[in-house]
Amino acid sequence: MTLKELETLREHRLKEIDARFNKNSNKKEIMVCSSTGCKSNNSDELIKVFKLEIEKNNLKNISVEHTGCFGLCALGPIVIVYPEGTFYCRVTPDGAKQIVNEHLVKGKVATNFLYDTTKPEQTTKNDVEFYKKQMFIARKGSEFINPDNILDYIALFGYTALYKALTTLTPSQVIEEVKLSGLRGRGGAGFPTGTKWELTAKEVAKQKYVVCNADEGDPGAFMDRSIIESDPHKIIEAMAIAGYAVGATQGFVYLRAEYPLAGERLERAIVEAKKYGLIGKNIFGTNFCFDLKIKYGAGAFVCGEETALMHSLEGKRGEPRTRPPYPAQSGVFGCPTVLNNVETYANIPEIINNGGLWYSKIGKGKSTGTKVFALSGKVKHTGLIELPMGSTLREIIFDIGGGIPNGKKFKAVQIGGPSGACLPEDKLDLPVTYDDLAENGAMMGSGGLIVLDEDSSMVEVAKFFLEFICDESCGKCTPCRIGNRRLLEILNKLLAGNGSMEDIDELETLSYFIKENSLCGLGQSSPNPVLSTLKYFRNEYEALIDKKHKLADKYVINKDKCIGCSACSRACPVKCISGEIKKPFEINQEKCIGCGNCQKICKFNAIEKV
Amino acid sequence: MAKVNLIIDGVNVEADSSDTILSAAKKAGIIIPTLCYLKDINCDGACRVCVVECKGKKNLITACNTPVSDGMEIETCNPKVLEARKTNIELLLSNHNKNCLTCGKNLNCKLQQYSYEFGCEEGKINGVKNNYELDLSSPCIVRDNNKCILCGRCVQVCKNIQATSAIQKQKRGFNTMIDCAFDKPINESNCVGCGQCVLVCPTGALLEKSNIKKVMEFLSNPKNVVIAQVAPSVRVAINEEFGYPIGTFNEGKLVTALKRIGFNKVFDVNVGADFTVIEESEELIERIKTNTLIPQFSSCCPAWVKYVKLHYPNYVKNLSTCKSPNEMLGAVIKNYYAKQNNIPLENIKVVAIMPCTAKKMEIEDDEDVDAVLTTRELATFIKYKNLSFTHLLETQFDNPLGHYSGAGLIFGATGGVTEAVLRTAVDKLTNKDNSNVDFKIVRQGDGIKETELNVDGITLKLCVVSGLKNAQTVMEQIASGKKHFHFVEVMACPGGCVNGGGQPFVDYTKYDYYQIAKMRAKGLYEFDAKLTDRKSHKNTFVTEIYDKFLLPNKLNHKLLHHEHKI
Repeated sequence: MTLKELETLREHRLKEIDARFNKNSNKKEIMVCSSTGCKSNNSDELIKVFKLEIEKNNLKNISVEHTGCFGLCALGPIVIVYPEGTFYCRVTPDGAKQIVNEHLVKGKVATNFLYDTTKPEQTTKNDVEFYKKQMFIARKGSEFINPDNILDYIALFGYTALYKALTTLTPSQVIEEVKLSGLRGRGGAGFPTGTKWELTAKEVAKQKYVVCNADEGDPGAFMDRSIIESDPHKIIEAMAIAGYAVGATQGFVYLRAEYPLAGERLERAIVEAKKYGLIGKNIFGTNFCFDLKIKYGAGAFVCGEETALMHSLEGKRGEPRTRPPYPAQSGVFGCPTVLNNVETYANIPEIINNGGLWYSKIGKGKSTGTKVFALSGKVKHTGLIELPMGSTLREIIFDIGGGIPNGKKFKAVQIGGPSGACLPEDKLDLPVTYDDLAENGAMMGSGGLIVLDEDSSMVEVAKFFLEFICDESCGKCTPCRIGNRRLLEILNKLLAGNGSMEDIDELETLSYFIKENSLCGLGQSSPNPVLSTLKYFRNEYEALIDKKHKLADKYVINKDKCIGCSACSRACPVKCISGEIKKPFEINQEKCIGCGNCQKICKFNAIEKV
Repeated sequence: MAKVNLIIDGVNVEADSSDTILSAAKKAGIIIPTLCYLKDINCDGACRVCVVECKGKKNLITACNTPVSDGMEIETCNPKVLEARKTNIELLLSNHNKNCLTCGKNLNCKLQQYSYEFGCEEGKINGVKNNYELDLSSPCIVRDNNKCILCGRCVQVCKNIQATSAIQKQKRGFNTMIDCAFDKPINESNCVGCGQCVLVCPTGALLEKSNIKKVMEFLSNPKNVVIAQVAPSVRVAINEEFGYPIGTFNEGKLVTALKRIGFNKVFDVNVGADFTVIEESEELIERIKTNTLIPQFSSCCPAWVKYVKLHYPNYVKNLSTCKSPNEMLGAVIKNYYAKQNNIPLENIKVVAIMPCTAKKMEIEDDEDVDAVLTTRELATFIKYKNLSFTHLLETQFDNPLGHYSGAGLIFGATGGVTEAVLRTAVDKLTNKDNSNVDFKIVRQGDGIKETELNVDGITLKLCVVSGLKNAQTVMEQIASGKKHFHFVEVMACPGGCVNGGGQPFVDYTKYDYYQIAKMRAKGLYEFDAKLTDRKSHKNTFVTEIYDKFLLPNKLNHKLLHHEHKI
């Protein structure tokens, strides 16, 4: 592959797909989101329906393609019609017929499927409130690309960053650009990426490796999956650039086996990139050679920790080890290794193309660039968002996320994955940067944001994450293996109404002990959910002990309404509801903690607050 | 080597750049407590007992595997560190079967020691405990995961030193446990029974399977003639159990103790070794002359024999067909001594005192020996019998199977079999009584020692191996044709039987794993040098049995050899 050939491919493809970019194109193109979220909402069927209807109506010059993720997963499946760029949400197979009839046949907008059906004038993606504050770098271009077609990526100036790096920059200049950009690891700790590359480049070794951590395991986080599913070539290009910068000729993508679609698309992308000579031997006619393999992880959260990941990659049990030596010195198979996560890599092509300086001006302070967040929980627009570092939690949750549904009040936001923290309402104006979060006992993590409303019990939330940690601890070091289990037992005791103030103290002491004594990052941050809820919502813990509080919220079962379905007894966290199936159930008031879960779950309004 | 300066507990320490905080502290006279750490074996930082505080670091760090760096300021026992260590132990205790009083590791247990020393409070941390079934499936070892603290030493020794990997960590989090593949019991794994895991286990999670009760039953039947036979390396180890320094050689008290326990006769496996030398050297000479089944592999070590059967079945035919010295002596006792003394076969019970857990597996195939007690079990037995070992008078082994040559004695150390065979083979090949019997070239290797020896125009290529990982290396070299040997001696345990899985427990915070075998072997070699009979074929008691019994009846092959069944 030469530059000329790359340009020819780009220009040729741009002509084919000009509907996507040129408002005056005489072609039309329907692009249907084909990421996991929309696919699970039957978006594959939509493609079939569109094709069938187009054929039925004998429409010409209209193609139907699948595309990457739009981020607005809550309103999926998403369909966009070019060249107008009309943005349709919640499209059903019937809706697809309507869109063909209204939009393509009659030339009108199918208003039923607009983002806001009350504002028929807002038809494009840019009109949608959800996107207004967003800025795309890592996820740039995914709505224009068929992830299974390398030419689409090339059309969007794909692989030009690799060309630029290989032919106009020395490896150390590449590293300088990355350092200048201020890019920090998007997987958790936020280590400066350029420094990491520099340390690996310095090492003298016959073999070095570039590894991509795609073992995204945080509950509620799916940005890495989405990036690979939407734009796999971006990762391939970035890893090749990293390989060039540090002197590695082999890359591995450590991908969760639970991401079959991402695996399928990445595998296809690697094959295509090899076919076009964009990875492999003597890329762009230079001496640089780079090969890439996928290694599937068997689904252990701890394998997101870099040393555990490398052990797993080598075929060993996924257990972390003490650092030093750092992967830059001794990584995969004992060779110097650069290890970054998917989102970090996804920033690299743009940094090389536009320069580190450009990137460094985005964001706030030492947190440059943008960050992708996976917004979930009690928020209207669940999905993926990307915005400059330093945006506030309020902007994220209320402006982009649309606030809390059902008129409920915001209570807290859980940020940073299972080892992250819960931040209360008075932290809503906190700028989201690595340092601001750390100062408040939270962490960026991989960018999972779980919004909690007034109905959420914070002790239950802490328990949920702690249960996750207990399941996912590798079991190697004592504090994490046994300590977290003991924490969970204390939480259960408190929730069962059997706790004492001493238990809360013990919870806190043991949490700090685990934080300071565990071997790896997972263990060291594992008590964060407990510590942050203790810090900001201590009253909820104390309420579990305070009997008076219990009496304030008393629930009883109306025997005339109860049908004995047992849903309440299953929802009760302290198991104080019992009874015979098909006969009225009863609440044991001695044990009841007044959480109200039973009332929420009951479909027959049989549970009354007294 | 580059030097590094750091401060540990206020003391300026100059350390090598390769030092860890633990080893640097040791140089400054500061012993940081360790639990999972075992030099040369395990350095995982899993237990977190060796945590120290490093100025500028947010969290505590482990001393065992953190390298030193210039300007480090370390505190090894400030209140925060002490509290952390204590809590770590208390957490371990909260998931530990605390049957200390009846545990086989009572008073030998690091967890128990630290629990007391760190001032742990009983029941301070409470919670659900894991509940595992005992794995009693192996004749050699008993696994009790209820006492396991997941230090990982056994896994490392099994994998890295013994190339066996019979046990591994399984499952996650609180449910993490040491187990065999597919949850099978250990006797269905590729465990060779060497017992190295037992030696390195800091708690009672791994112990030998005790045969004390069985032996007591033998002894309690007045019709029985119960004979003890003692392996070479027991006499340089059992004394440790009664306060003597490591490597102390003393067999007189041992014999007396066995007599006092009630054994009718006490014979010496060294004599069995003398038989083995005669048989094995003859076999070797024959194989070299006919150039068949070369290399010949030693077959004294049952763990090694099992290893060959499991991993190199094509080479089973290369194993010497000789029974082990233990079985040979048992065969001679039951077929010769019993007849001579008109003891009915059903009443004669042979109990072997061995440094080895794998011997408990070996006796399952043949009928020569009825029970095996490890050195540790014998020590326990002696204590049962209220015997004050230190006060016992010294007595001699019983004859005719108590007089041994130095060649038989040195079987207990790696290289011993080779040296003993050489002492006889060289004489036979040269038809001379050679005066040089010290073949020091085969002694005390670091696991693999290759030697060439010119005897009467033949260049004998020898290889002495200890540790199964080393054996694996040599086997791969042989299988790929890279190396050729006439004779390969393999002992499964690093350093030979002196470091066997049945030997007394050693405090590894005071001694290195590889140091022990050398200390005990020294005792054997020093005593060998003092002996007048140092060649097996010069042991007149042995030659007499050959002349009067084995050869006239053509029984030497039938009684002293066997086929290795896969």
